[in-house]
Amino acid sequence: MAVTTVKSTRTPKAPAPPAPAFSPDDIRGDFPILQITSHGRRLAYLDNAATSQKPQAVIAAMTRFYNSQNANIHRGVYELSTQATAAYEIARDRVRQFINAADVREIVFVRGATEAINLVAASWGGTNVRSGDEIILSTLEHHSNIVPWQMLAQRVGAVLRVIPINDAGELCLEQYEKLLNPRTRLVAITHVSNALGTINPVRQMVRLAHAAGALALVDGAQSVPHLPIDVRAIDCDFFVFSGHKICGPTGIGVLYARQPILQAMPPYQGGGDMIETVTFDQTTYAPAPQKFEAGTPNISGALGLAAALDYITGIGLDRIGGYERQLLLYAQEKLTRIKGLKIVGTAADKAAVISFVLSYAHPHDVGTILDGQGVAIRTGHHCCQPVMDRYGIPATARASLAFYNTREDVDQLVLGLEKVKEVFH
Amino acid sequence: MSDLRELYQEVILDHAKKPRNFHTMPDSARAADGHNPLCGDRLRVFVRVENGVIQDISFTGSGCAISTASASMMTEALKGKSLADAQAVFESFHDLLTTGNHADKDEELLGKLAVFGGVREFPVRVKCATLPWHTLQAALQGSAAPVKTE
Repeated sequence: MAVTTVKSTRTPKAPAPPAPAFSPDDIRGDFPILQITSHGRRLAYLDNAATSQKPQAVIAAMTRFYNSQNANIHRGVYELSTQATAAYEIARDRVRQFINAADVREIVFVRGATEAINLVAASWGGTNVRSGDEIILSTLEHHSNIVPWQMLAQRVGAVLRVIPINDAGELCLEQYEKLLNPRTRLVAITHVSNALGTINPVRQMVRLAHAAGALALVDGAQSVPHLPIDVRAIDCDFFVFSGHKICGPTGIGVLYARQPILQAMPPYQGGGDMIETVTFDQTTYAPAPQKFEAGTPNISGALGLAAALDYITGIGLDRIGGYERQLLLYAQEKLTRIKGLKIVGTAADKAAVISFVLSYAHPHDVGTILDGQGVAIRTGHHCCQPVMDRYGIPATARASLAFYNTREDVDQLVLGLEKVKEVFH
Repeated sequence: MSDLRELYQEVILDHAKKPRNFHTMPDSARAADGHNPLCGDRLRVFVRVENGVIQDISFTGSGCAISTASASMMTEALKGKSLADAQAVFESFHDLLTTGNHADKDEELLGKLAVFGGVREFPVRVKCATLPWHTLQAALQGSAAPVKTE
């Protein structure tokens, strides 16, 4: 048989060739917005820690839903509704796969990382945190991982403890170990700092939290777009992230919670879709995750997020991370050559975020002048006032890179900073 | 985008780098704090009023070039003015930044402050320029709550 002949003559299987080096030129065309101009110049979008841009695949998935799949989920018996329900649940499983959760029932769709943290604080916190209990946060936290805990602490009389950082912007782990004690109920820490880029050793920190009898929440809003995530390896009890920072749409995000913990948590909001039976005397709730998804969810958002995760997986987070590290080194080298520029946050393990200050110009002025050059960066406190206070500065300018950024974007930033110098001499 | 030189005029940059009346005033009867949470600008305005006239006015704090220059030029423009005149200048300044409608009388009232006309083309920066003025108003009204732009 021909088949046999072919098989017999096949050369022994060679080891898989290494994945081809990533080049942003191969994928920039996937992002319609990267083709636009800003103030008549090429757009250098360097505000990816605020939100990422969307590839055509994500935009198309959402358009397709509204064009040909739109129906409410978990309700209709008709074809369109069952298809929409299936698509929504497939999206949930796509998220499970992406962060390597064990069970699809551990994935709750929410509006974003902020809502996920508020859900945990209200539901788990409201049940498990009592007067005198302690919650450990870090100086690096975004306000969204501070304020919900503060609100809870005020309500129940709990105490917040804060892990300090060193001058490089790294958490002081010896201090963290000293803060842990039998009253610690929860350690809630960011995986990657949005203001400084510091990557925190979350596996080690979760292990220490568990050893002290506490649970651990990891805020993955800034890590998911840059690092492969395995919630079982991290071993955290809660993991949260937002879709829009990983090329997905706004208004969709994810709460991962370990199965027994999630099932034991009381509902966060009441309404349709989260119940089993309702009478005026009593309601019984659906099991998680539906218990936490009251009302019609963001169906198109979930489909858009799944498309974004497919897109990112198609490129590969290892390649993305490797490329971004190189681009970060390039940018840091160029920026440190600028006289009067100081990079704030120099952690050894750092994501592609560069916060900086200029000795001669306020970040707000830097932002306005760069904008005129087509360079979009963030200026301000980045929702991290405790970080700014730690360094004794009111604000920084922040360039945050993504895999679709190029050396040309960085060069445009550097040229823009020349213009700042020109204006301020 | 409008030309940056319209925004960062020489006189604005000069005041930003060398702010005038940049000091505390321990004997001032009135002071108020202003804060722009968006960009972290913080300033304190001090004012001493006698017989309905601004005898002395100063400020401290840190902010961007626009808010620092605006505070500095405000102190220069209002020292020695009656409260009624100061209010008229404030209103003209506000119109200059927000509507751009100002009459000849405003030109006269504004004097050097007219250089802030360029800020109108940069809507997110208007609050930087008006923060010191709102803070002064709070000081004059004896308001204890800090002024915030947001």
